[in-house]
Amino acid sequence: MIKHAVFEKNSILLTVGILIVVAIGGIVELAPLFYLESTIEEVEGMRPYTPLELAGRDIYIREGCYNCHSQMIRPLRDEAERYGHYSLAAESMYDHPFQWGSKRTGPDLARVGGRYSDEWHVAHMIAPRDLVPESVMPGYPFLATTPLDAADIADHLKANQIVGVPYSDEMIATAAADLAVQVDPDSDELEAFEARYPKAQVRNFDGNGEMISELDALIAYLQMLGTLVDFTTYKAEGQNLR
Amino acid sequence: MTKATNDRPIDDVSGMETTGHEWDGITELDSPLPRWWLWTYYACIIWSVAYWIAMPAWPLVSDYTKGLLGYSQRGQLSDEIAAVKAGQADLAARTAKASLTEIKSDPELLEYALAGGRSAFAVNCIQCHGSGASGSDGYPNLNDDDWLWGGTMEAIHTTIQYGIRAEHDDSRASDMPAFGQDEMLNPQQVDAVADYVMALSRDDGVADTLPGKLVFAENCVDCHGAKGQGDIELGAPNLRDHIWLYQGGKTMAVDIVTNSRAGMMPAWVDRLDPVTVKQLAVYVHSLGGGE
Repeated sequence: MIKHAVFEKNSILLTVGILIVVAIGGIVELAPLFYLESTIEEVEGMRPYTPLELAGRDIYIREGCYNCHSQMIRPLRDEAERYGHYSLAAESMYDHPFQWGSKRTGPDLARVGGRYSDEWHVAHMIAPRDLVPESVMPGYPFLATTPLDAADIADHLKANQIVGVPYSDEMIATAAADLAVQVDPDSDELEAFEARYPKAQVRNFDGNGEMISELDALIAYLQMLGTLVDFTTYKAEGQNLR
Repeated sequence: MTKATNDRPIDDVSGMETTGHEWDGITELDSPLPRWWLWTYYACIIWSVAYWIAMPAWPLVSDYTKGLLGYSQRGQLSDEIAAVKAGQADLAARTAKASLTEIKSDPELLEYALAGGRSAFAVNCIQCHGSGASGSDGYPNLNDDDWLWGGTMEAIHTTIQYGIRAEHDDSRASDMPAFGQDEMLNPQQVDAVADYVMALSRDDGVADTLPGKLVFAENCVDCHGAKGQGDIELGAPNLRDHIWLYQGGKTMAVDIVTNSRAGMMPAWVDRLDPVTVKQLAVYVHSLGGGE
């Protein structure tokens, strides 16, 4: 038996000992989530983000929206009644990084998609207090006038593919074109785009047809949040009950 | 300092063993743990074992131990919501069956509708219509008695259910042409008709003398009516009052005649349950402007 005094007198050994003990706790608590089949619910409707939505998500992260907005409806009555069905793990399985959070200066956005009109989002991003006088959200008027820089969008898809998001090579090859298709309902490529990204919303999100702005991308992202999973086929029993 | 039988030094003053560590002549008593602390510690160990057995705890190969109590956070939520629904079941069932007029005349149902409507309004409607329902630029005030699509409870109910220009087959939609953009009117005509419409709103008798009257008669009366009084069947606003959906006076009028405007309200029929939609209709109607 190793005497306690050995650890007390040898700092390296003590450090290694601490690491081993803490690692056991970490492995027992964290590792199972990566292999247990019940971690991510089986759902219908989830798909990877479209290139435009992914670009909008990047803007969401760049502007620090997550500092005030969470994207996780917890299974509590007040949250479910205000925001809708509690969030599923499956709904953020293609998120790298996820946007769960618990800091809510603003409301949770996990199911904000379709809740307001595009025009509302445009006006609200430019000057939040025009619509909601009580709001403390800063305005982001420059998004509407800044062209979306998405030259590296294919690389973004590829990076996501590497960490496990099921983007096909075809999706990566057409990423730049797909990004433009989503704001152009008259495009010839529309059918192929919708086949790649079912349920994608296609329209000019910011109402300005002259360029694809950062606001287009952000609104496309916000309008799809929480809308993908088909809850009519979701089974809330059995191993999804936890 | 004497030595104990196990060769550990005994402190002379207290008669207790010391740990044997010594720093500059200072030694440390090896007092036993307080009993209360020790028993609390043992109780925690027993509690944790009981917790493992009763509650979801240990990861296994493909699943985890569910615990004898069968507790789950999601299950607790659905139980809580079921309990609330059961508590309201009677009122909800009666609301679902009753017509809007019946709800209004039954004090119990009316109270239920106003309470539920108020909270649903706070969650879903205030972002556009304002927390006091007074609207803002482009979003109608619901407190006044000026209604684009009608202010009866039935009309409000239909609007909430299907929305305006929403993605629903029964959604209300009006489609004012972009007279300037589509070159149906030239800029002079647009300017003239904007002047005329502003004069209609002021109702000071000047309108009839303006050249825009002819433009209005030729292009606008089909929807807005011969006197500009509007038509709720078509969603055409009344132009004779001082209430404007969009702010900005004549500049706004010129812009609307030139480019048209088309606000949008989502359809709530698929998002909210029928009882909540009815509650909202009664609540909005009660705000003061209802017909």
